[in-house]
Amino acid sequence: MMTIEEFGRRLRARQTTSEQITNDCLQRIDADNPRLNAFILVMADEARAQARELDRELAGGKDRGPLHGVPISIKDLYDIRGTATTAASRVREGHVADGDATAIARLRQAGAVFVGKTNLHEFAFGTTNEDSAFGPARNPHDPARSPGGSSGGSAASLAAGMALATMGTCTGGSIRIPAAACGTVGLKPTFGEIPTDGIVPLSRTFDHAGPLTQTVTDAALVYDALLGEPGKTPPAPMPVRGLRLGVLRSYFCDLLDDEVRAHFEGALDRLRTAGVTIDEVEIRHATDIAPIYLHIQLADASAYHAATIETMPEKYTPAVRQRLELGRYVLAEDYVRARAGGEVLRREVDAALGTHDALVLPTLPIPAPLIGAETVQIAGKAEPVRTVMLRLTQLFNITGHPAMALPSGKTRAGLPCSLQLVGNRMATDALLRVALACEPHISQVR
Amino acid sequence: MNIDSWLQAAIADAERRGLPELKPLLEALARATKTLRAADFNDSAAPSHQPPATRPPLADDGSELRPGSPKRQRREGGSHRS
Repeated sequence: MMTIEEFGRRLRARQTTSEQITNDCLQRIDADNPRLNAFILVMADEARAQARELDRELAGGKDRGPLHGVPISIKDLYDIRGTATTAASRVREGHVADGDATAIARLRQAGAVFVGKTNLHEFAFGTTNEDSAFGPARNPHDPARSPGGSSGGSAASLAAGMALATMGTCTGGSIRIPAAACGTVGLKPTFGEIPTDGIVPLSRTFDHAGPLTQTVTDAALVYDALLGEPGKTPPAPMPVRGLRLGVLRSYFCDLLDDEVRAHFEGALDRLRTAGVTIDEVEIRHATDIAPIYLHIQLADASAYHAATIETMPEKYTPAVRQRLELGRYVLAEDYVRARAGGEVLRREVDAALGTHDALVLPTLPIPAPLIGAETVQIAGKAEPVRTVMLRLTQLFNITGHPAMALPSGKTRAGLPCSLQLVGNRMATDALLRVALACEPHISQVR
Repeated sequence: MNIDSWLQAAIADAERRGLPELKPLLEALARATKTLRAADFNDSAAPSHQPPATRPPLADDGSELRPGSPKRQRREGGSHRS
């Protein structure tokens, strides 16, 4: 499957066109979407027209930069003018966006071609993509399994070659979790860096926008376009020798599938061999992460849905409706405690970063779970899937630090494993440079 | 409101509203709330209460010991172990 970087080289060498690569993606969608259910809306005609126009522009000497003519799929939580933003919910029936979300407008300006809108966990309120008005999206590595969530259709579309990149959103891990489950790169930039207007919110306190891509370089190219700087010189990798990473073990590595653990340790060994110094660091209040996250996220989501949960409760999927109802019982005093706790965690992540270039930990404690599974066995004990899926990612939505998921190998059953890197706030560029340096030593299998 | 009475009231309210399936979720939320309330960062008006750990520790000169600062590393004896 071609990367954005490689497509750009071939496009400018006149070896391919945007129309050609767009048609390739649309053919993959025709062939595989019935099996994977990755798309809610395929925008074939619009995409071909966009691609032809961009080919004409390039032939006429107008080059919009690295995303010129690149087919991208978009999570159906973003407004694209003239299309419905369903949020994978019947609650949104009849919606038509009258404009683009800012992120979409910037991608359009950068020359992206929108091939369609992807499936997700209803209103992004879940980590498996099972609760969707359009049925579950499925994992290309094993369609009996979840592609992760909430941006599950996005990750599936990328991993199946239906787009060269995809846009996700992330409230507790919804970019990194599906990236991990489907074996792609996922980037959650620093909180607030990418505007979230025109995106249906889940929790405005924690919501982030960001891309899933095949490589770190591609993530950097999409990230620059999302900042409105599509022509910017891509970041150069930091020298790998001399890098300092802080590994989070206590709490974060307490509950891991054996194969995920083995791949994580293998990646750390390869990084050490390459000259990276790895120290152990701690987050003192790690056991408070989930309670802090829960009280804020539930209350935020319930406030946004307060009117529709009263007037059209039957239109929500049962599990999402239950979580929204649950959020209505969070007391204000506990919300305040959770906000204070979030500030404590932010300082602790800052301190753990200290003199390190990035933190490192696994992304997902388990390989992609079976669709319908409520629990998963770890070390002989049944653990709730939802809690396990969020365990290693939600901290950095609370604190706002930029974080990336990188593929780190596959289990014997062929399911991807993933490693997470976390950088300093407002230093997403620096995190990308660290990830570029580490990628060849981490990503052995895609 | 203490957590036990909150949980009792919440379950009763959910049942009254025809949502008895919320009971296990409310019980899980109550466990999370207990953990949250027990955390040492919570503020309190109690005279015996120590200030919460939401602010960076202070150096002898009263300045904040920012993460990674040489003063803080000296005070903490190094924030990490190899």
